[in-house]
Amino acid sequence: MRSDGSSSAPLGLKVAATGGLLFLHLPIFLIFIYAFTTEEKSFAWPPPGLTTQWFAVTWNRPDVWEALSLSVRVAAISTLVALVLGTLCAAAVSRTRFFGRETISLLVILPIALPGIITGIALRSAFSLAEIPFSFWTIVLGHATFCVVVVYNNAVARFRRTSGSMIEASMDLGADGFQTFRHVVLPNIATALLAGGMLAFALSFDEVIVTTFTAGQQQTLPIWMLEELIRPRQRPVTNVVAMVVVLVTLLPILVAYYLTRDGDQIAGSGK
Amino acid sequence: MTSAVSFQKVSRHFGSVRAVDMVDLDIVSGEFFAMLGPSGSGKTTCLRLIAGFEQPTSGSISIFGERAEGVPPYRRNVNTVFQDYALFPHLNVLDNVAYGLMVKGVGKPERQKAAEEALSLVRLPGYGARRPGQLSGGQRQRVALARALVNQPKVLLLDEPLGALDLKLRENMQEELKSLQKALGITFVFVTHDQGEALSMADRVAVFNDGKVMQIGTPEDIYQRPKTRFVADFVGSSNVLPPEFVQRYSGQHRWASLRPESIRIGRAAKGDGVAARLVSTNYLGATTRLALDADGLRLHAIVPAGATLPKEGEAVVLTFNREHLHLMDEPA
Repeated sequence: MRSDGSSSAPLGLKVAATGGLLFLHLPIFLIFIYAFTTEEKSFAWPPPGLTTQWFAVTWNRPDVWEALSLSVRVAAISTLVALVLGTLCAAAVSRTRFFGRETISLLVILPIALPGIITGIALRSAFSLAEIPFSFWTIVLGHATFCVVVVYNNAVARFRRTSGSMIEASMDLGADGFQTFRHVVLPNIATALLAGGMLAFALSFDEVIVTTFTAGQQQTLPIWMLEELIRPRQRPVTNVVAMVVVLVTLLPILVAYYLTRDGDQIAGSGK
Repeated sequence: MTSAVSFQKVSRHFGSVRAVDMVDLDIVSGEFFAMLGPSGSGKTTCLRLIAGFEQPTSGSISIFGERAEGVPPYRRNVNTVFQDYALFPHLNVLDNVAYGLMVKGVGKPERQKAAEEALSLVRLPGYGARRPGQLSGGQRQRVALARALVNQPKVLLLDEPLGALDLKLRENMQEELKSLQKALGITFVFVTHDQGEALSMADRVAVFNDGKVMQIGTPEDIYQRPKTRFVADFVGSSNVLPPEFVQRYSGQHRWASLRPESIRIGRAAKGDGVAARLVSTNYLGATTRLALDADGLRLHAIVPAGATLPKEGEAVVLTFNREHLHLMDEPA
């Protein structure tokens, strides 16, 4: 951090920065405005009138609840799977040396680098080849492929910064494997797992491409939104849902941000 | 004398590398035992074999008469002070020290009391509430020591624990460890690559090289009567004399060592002795170290500071008491 925090940037830079930030966030603000518009067929600007009736309408729409509930369940289960598999994989890769370690590391990270459409097509053909019917679980599997990556990345970074002799020290002091995991490993990686888990949840929650290939008739929230945009009635309902989603996801992201910031201090203090 | 740790023909191979190769050791209960050697000589692997982090490829290890192969680290009455201290960053100092008692199920008031006592023992009373990150290197070292001692181990293993400390602190800790060991009567096994540290602290020293024990003995034994060229050279940089040279002075065709302080320097053409040339002088404070060239044989001599010295490049005559010529076991 520069110490001369008071020194001023040139006016041009300030204007450019403000412009950039506005460009990023003004559209989101527009989404919020349209949630209150009285016009339901098209998004006219400025809104002809303001109303809160769409909140009540949204509340009473069963399809919204179904989509929301499916998305939350898929994201929760995918995150859970990712937490277990990602942590185990990270522990193996960072704690031991074995033949093909680098390859495994690359293969684990690959799904997030691959375009979603490839993952989607690959999974779809694999599922039909194995004659697995599309269901809730096929969506979870699809999402887990990239959720594992974010948990893995977070956990591996933390494992690398944790001293390896800490685990030996714990064993040396009389703790068995389970006690060592509970009292030493878990507290040291907990914040990394929380951050990774939240990111995984968020990724799964707004995933469209892989979901379209791995879902049957079910609609997750993002897919429901896409469908809704095509229909010409009760358009502001989509905006209400969007607004609620933004508000609800913003909180955990802020929490994760603060938690990992503290976590860095804890992990760094051992050095 | 009870045997604390005993190695019988212990080997530990990593692939084709023989980290520890047919080592026999007998560490006596209550002694301060140092394992000395250059890096990669197998001393740390031996320590890890005692701690249980490594299992022997062959041979047998017993700790106080009980076979130790296959016994996991957490079931051995042995504790380790790690080179990097390995304190738990998420716990405060008191919880770090009390950790061993906590996992054994000792109640909170009892284990905190024991931890406080252990902290007093290492002269850190009242530091319990701090985090390891708030301590200096020397203080962390003491916490690591307290954390190991609170479990009342039968054997305490120390893996180069003073390596990260500055010289002054290291000397203080050497004295402190020594008196702590005397007071507690626990067997200390100390790994170091610093010969001075091993000689000054240990009751007995094992010198390691290439996974083998070269010599075990008291510091005097090791220093005065090295058995091999390696020991003579590694412990205190003795002059190693080749058999041809030794034959002229002792009549025996054997390798020998001669301590640098046993060599006296005289002016050339004055009495009989080894003709040499003074290559360089190195002022060390209390003494001066001289590098000499005796017809191609490089020798070192140490003389007290203040002695009148020939100039560099001048011809000199070296004399020494033949009793100081120590013949070694090494085959010629």
